[in-house]
Amino acid sequence: METTHKIIRKHSLEKLYVTLLENRKIYAPVKQADNLIGYQYNPAFSEVTFDHLQSTLSVKNVVFPKVENLFYYTNNKTDSTVKGIDLEKFPEVVLWGAHPCDTAAYDVLRSIFCWDIKDEFFAARLEKLVVIGLACHKSDALCFCTSVGLSPDSSKGSDILLVPLNNGDYKAEIITEKGSRIVAESPEIFENYGDETVNVTVVEQKFDHKQLTSKLSNAFEHPFWLANSLRCIGCGACAYVCPTCACFDIQDETRGKNGKRYRSWDSCGFGLFTLHTSGHNPREVQSQRWRQRILHKFSYMPERNESLGCVGCGRCSRACPVDMNIAEQLQALQSI
Amino acid sequence: MNSIVSRAKELLENKSVQVIVGFEAGPTGKARPAFVTYPSKTDILIFDERCVQNLAVYLTKKEVKQFGKIGIVATLPIMRSIMMLISEQQVFAENIEILGVSTEGKYLDIADIQVMQGYIEKCDLSNPSNDQETLAMLNKMSMQEKFDYWQNELSTCIKCYACRQACPMCYCTRCAVECNQPQWIPVQANTHGNMEWHILRAMHLAGRCISCGECGRACPVNIPCHLLTMQLADQAHKYFNVYAGTSEKMSSVLSTYEPNDKESFIL
Repeated sequence: METTHKIIRKHSLEKLYVTLLENRKIYAPVKQADNLIGYQYNPAFSEVTFDHLQSTLSVKNVVFPKVENLFYYTNNKTDSTVKGIDLEKFPEVVLWGAHPCDTAAYDVLRSIFCWDIKDEFFAARLEKLVVIGLACHKSDALCFCTSVGLSPDSSKGSDILLVPLNNGDYKAEIITEKGSRIVAESPEIFENYGDETVNVTVVEQKFDHKQLTSKLSNAFEHPFWLANSLRCIGCGACAYVCPTCACFDIQDETRGKNGKRYRSWDSCGFGLFTLHTSGHNPREVQSQRWRQRILHKFSYMPERNESLGCVGCGRCSRACPVDMNIAEQLQALQSI
Repeated sequence: MNSIVSRAKELLENKSVQVIVGFEAGPTGKARPAFVTYPSKTDILIFDERCVQNLAVYLTKKEVKQFGKIGIVATLPIMRSIMMLISEQQVFAENIEILGVSTEGKYLDIADIQVMQGYIEKCDLSNPSNDQETLAMLNKMSMQEKFDYWQNELSTCIKCYACRQACPMCYCTRCAVECNQPQWIPVQANTHGNMEWHILRAMHLAGRCISCGECGRACPVNIPCHLLTMQLADQAHKYFNVYAGTSEKMSSVLSTYEPNDKESFIL
């Protein structure tokens, strides 16, 4: 459908929020007690932040939770019975106020989870998700969305995108059918848009991702990886805060006769990730794991999934205990 | 700090060491670990109040060890970690040179491990004062309140293991959480699995934690997990009268049996 532009007055936002809460769950950003920004289900509107730079964790967990139960089983003497998960019961969720880097990440995740075989858990959760994005009026030195083909007001992945205006109101870009249905529920909130000026931050472009991808296709043996990953301590913070990292581990947990199979987040930064049963590890040292992280996002994914595995949110750089600044490294890689 | 730069340069020039592990300033102004292998590059080394990371974690990292002998910029917590690593035979004194920094931020000339030991013994080895305050507050709580406090804090853990990876004493090449036959600790990052993980880590560090606080600093979701190991550092001092990382011949309080050990907890 063609995008339509409307205006939501600042004072009408609460009405929209409350209307949505009547028959859906809302997942919205709040300032937590520990001063970090985190998303919570159904916070009071007064708690919701519109002013944050970014949440510590991404919002990928709405479609790819840190633990997803896949099925339950009972082991009897001679056979086993399996009880599946009712995907119909996944709740309808409105993601409120996610920035464009986060909303664009759902497309990247789709390119992984629905690449050939459709992952039914991911697809069912995404189907039930309505995304109300919020363009950024703030950015910092670690943001680099404009280097990966996005922008602080990109509408990719949003059903409705709210763009802050200079007067404190919001322009509402209604992008999809899901978005239109929300407008239809409270049409009086959405006024006609004139030519009010938007208040959107500027993010400087740091590298050209196409040039980078072509450079990386021959960079596998480059000494860059070792020299620039010596300080990497091999934790999974970067992967777990990343909105597009999609690797998972599958485990069975049994107590007596009953158990469940679940998947949980995993990270290519861990040594265990590629450890073979034989004891051999094809990615024996951290430099090889750091190389994998960069190549997967900026070389393998563009080549195989036709999507870039990064949305330039900069979370990995903010979360890293040893300042592995990804944009700095990508910038340097472009000119090796 | 000029003396660190000139000492680093000297050590690299006369080939006493092959790499210097120190701090540099990153482009966003954060201090971060630096690995300098050429005398001409030592100018990037800095030392100021931003330089708090425990660099001893790199002494057991394969790619860093491959350089050869290591010169390391060492504050008090780093010196204590080095002492622990020597006592647990993970690092050998002859393979490292210390570029000491005193608790006042002044360069310390540390010729060998005995000199380092002498310096450590002169210092206050108790937990940092702000952590002592939080621990005192926690210790006043009832058992239930404490349990609720930790359950709440640990519920947000995502099991990225930054706490483990940042810790110089967590050097095991195969951590207990990576064993799945038997599966000691649930893999999933739910409150139950998270609590088991953090309690297990604390117990493995009982009497070995040198109170650097790096695990808590590394945590991307601000869990004060360092308080768990610091509490046990306090207990080890209270019951065994030892501080970790004070001697190269130290034995671990929980894995050593002495005939005169108190056994009052059994009866």
